[in-house]
Amino acid sequence: MNLFPAHPSDVAVCIRRTVLGLALAFAPAALAQINVGDPFPSLQAAGFEGTVPDTQGRVILVDFWASWCAPCKASFPAYGKIYSDFTARGLSIVAVSVDQKAADYAAFVTRMAPPFFTALDPGQKLVREVRVPTMPTSYLVGRDGRVRYIHVGFHSGQTEHELREEIEKLLAEKPGSQP
Amino acid sequence: MKTRCIAILTLASLAIGLGGCATGSAVRVQPWERATLADYTMQAGRDPLGTQLDEHVYFSREAASGGRGVGGSGCGCN
Repeated sequence: MNLFPAHPSDVAVCIRRTVLGLALAFAPAALAQINVGDPFPSLQAAGFEGTVPDTQGRVILVDFWASWCAPCKASFPAYGKIYSDFTARGLSIVAVSVDQKAADYAAFVTRMAPPFFTALDPGQKLVREVRVPTMPTSYLVGRDGRVRYIHVGFHSGQTEHELREEIEKLLAEKPGSQP
Repeated sequence: MKTRCIAILTLASLAIGLGGCATGSAVRVQPWERATLADYTMQAGRDPLGTQLDEHVYFSREAASGGRGVGGSGCGCN
């Protein structure tokens, strides 16, 4: 390919190819979100403060939230009820805060007093790896450690209903029988 | 030689500039980075008097009232 074309139309082709090449080069990085079927990154290696509950062989609901996100505030009581109803049957909830100020995180947790495990994502490391599409986003991870369901946003009763249905399905699966 | 240098510089500038536009990730504020956008001071309707004046202008101009109260701030949550 002639990089220094003499004719104006050749310059246009050259520019078009350059733009297309750059778009293709950077597109995978922009779209590299965690999707259904992908293994969820290790929570033990995420660098959370405190002891991450043992999630081996359990269904995990990983929720990404922030103190500045209004729907996240609305979601906590619903997740509290889900946790109470399903934890004995094998559900763990890990609520990961993406707050950049630890004080905001601490104040929110003190105010809401959730019964499930919460942690601050240090340096927003995990959320950058997962690349959540919106706030809040929750990931249902099966006993095999793979993402089985992703819920984007929080729409009160509708979200709770959908999550309960998916949790029931995952809890009904026997360990080692995942598709 | 000079023309060739200008051509190279123009192509490089276009590649960098348009490449940034094409990827989007270089300029996009990610959902987890919107704490500042979600701040109270970013709300368009945080001044009640200003909102009332806007409503009055709206009503005077279009003889229409209400339907402007959409909740939320700038975080783009949900």
